[in-house]
Amino acid sequence: MNATRRTQNAERRKGARTVAVLFPFFVLRFAFCVLLLVLWHLAVIVTATTIFPSPLDVLRGLTELPHLAAYTRDSLFRVSAGYLSAVLLGVPAGLALGWWSSLARAANPLIQMLRPISPLAWMPLAVIWFGVSNLAPIFLIFLASFFPIVVATMNGVRNVPPVYVQAGRNFGLSTRALLVRVVFPAVLPRILVGLRIAFGVAWLVLVAAEMIAVDSGLGYLIIDARNAGKRYDLVVGGMLLIGFIGLALDALIRRTEKLRFVKWSFSE
Amino acid sequence: MKVVFSGISKTFGGNRVLDDVHLSVREGEFVCLLGPSGCGKSTLLNIVGGFLQPSEGEVTIDGERVTGPDPRRIFVFQERGVFPWLTVEENIGFGLFRQSDAEKRERIAHYVQLVGLKGFEEAYPRELSGGMKQRLEVARALAVNPDVLYLDEPFGALDSITRLQMRRELLRIWQAEKKTILFVTHDIEESVQLADRVVVLSARPGRIRRVLDVAIPHPRDLSDPRYIALRDEIFGEIGLAHQV
Repeated sequence: MNATRRTQNAERRKGARTVAVLFPFFVLRFAFCVLLLVLWHLAVIVTATTIFPSPLDVLRGLTELPHLAAYTRDSLFRVSAGYLSAVLLGVPAGLALGWWSSLARAANPLIQMLRPISPLAWMPLAVIWFGVSNLAPIFLIFLASFFPIVVATMNGVRNVPPVYVQAGRNFGLSTRALLVRVVFPAVLPRILVGLRIAFGVAWLVLVAAEMIAVDSGLGYLIIDARNAGKRYDLVVGGMLLIGFIGLALDALIRRTEKLRFVKWSFSE
Repeated sequence: MKVVFSGISKTFGGNRVLDDVHLSVREGEFVCLLGPSGCGKSTLLNIVGGFLQPSEGEVTIDGERVTGPDPRRIFVFQERGVFPWLTVEENIGFGLFRQSDAEKRERIAHYVQLVGLKGFEEAYPRELSGGMKQRLEVARALAVNPDVLYLDEPFGALDSITRLQMRRELLRIWQAEKKTILFVTHDIEESVQLADRVVVLSARPGRIRRVLDVAIPHPRDLSDPRYIALRDEIFGEIGLAHQV
């Protein structure tokens, strides 16, 4: 009974391998995308909609848009500025909170209280504080990515195996040296996972962040296209562009997991 | 006397783990602390290592009271103590931040050679076997030139063949480097193979039941009647018949 099932499983695996050899993944993926585009196009024709754009409309709309490159650049700048400042402040804050438990006990209620507040709720305050400038959306993106980074780093520090810390102390390291040479490298893999999650959130709030105070960017493109003339081809185009860029940046961040000094954690 | 334990007791939340331990260790001596699981032998080693404070009594080394960990005395864990984010070389050089670069390089090269990791300088711990990781940790400890080594069941996670090889390696290193070694184990054979003296601890709360001199020169012949007699004596002391 078991033996037959095993043989069947083996057969199935072999079948799957044959498919994989004949159609490598990128071919399958490409075919899947084409299929979706065709279905989309057919759906637009069949329903005879005049509002929802077909894939070709979207492509045409985007290529006709003069500031697309500038918009993309502005969005990337805002996300980078907000996200990187969250990294620069969040990682040290997480290290400190994970290391000094009294500090964590004092600050944790506040962090846990602020964390569930959507960054979007801060929009009115961001406008009061930063006015009509790049700083308002940057601040929202900072807020969105700061807490996931702090929490991932803090939990990482708490889970560092005590033997590493003991060994570091044994060799006579000062607390500072211990944090830099032992604790930080030991939590770096977990920090990277946190950074990746935080980047996802930062990119996610881009659209909302660019709804206020600015008149450029991919988020602004979507809002503006909807408000000024119901250009749904540009709405969908902006969405797709945000999706593609997010995917590419996520792949870029994932590559850090292959770095030689963190590979120990990801390859095991 | 190098290391002196005077009246060490340790209580964890009302639980007495160690009770009035007195012991003196000579410079360059290899002493095994032997006892059943949970008898407090690791606690004792953590106290002399400076990682735990005794509830009563004190430990002195060279007449100086132990108050915390000290780079002159290095604690070796099972092989899980090596830093996985550093290469073999970087691990060995970890404690050498007070030395000049030239001296650091020289010492790393020396200890890579001594523990037989030549050719693996650039390797990461994940690429090493359990025995190699253990030797790496010993090399990292030796590189800072400590006068005492504390080993807490260092070969416990290794297979029995590697364990035998590692004992031979450790003895060779001990004879070459002339360190004082305190070695915690629950393995009777291991203690008689390695130690100048075996300190037998009772079950919790740990007290010293017996201290046996192992006056057999190295390399020890495991079929030597003196070896067998000592081994059986400890088996008897712990209350085990040497039969399976």
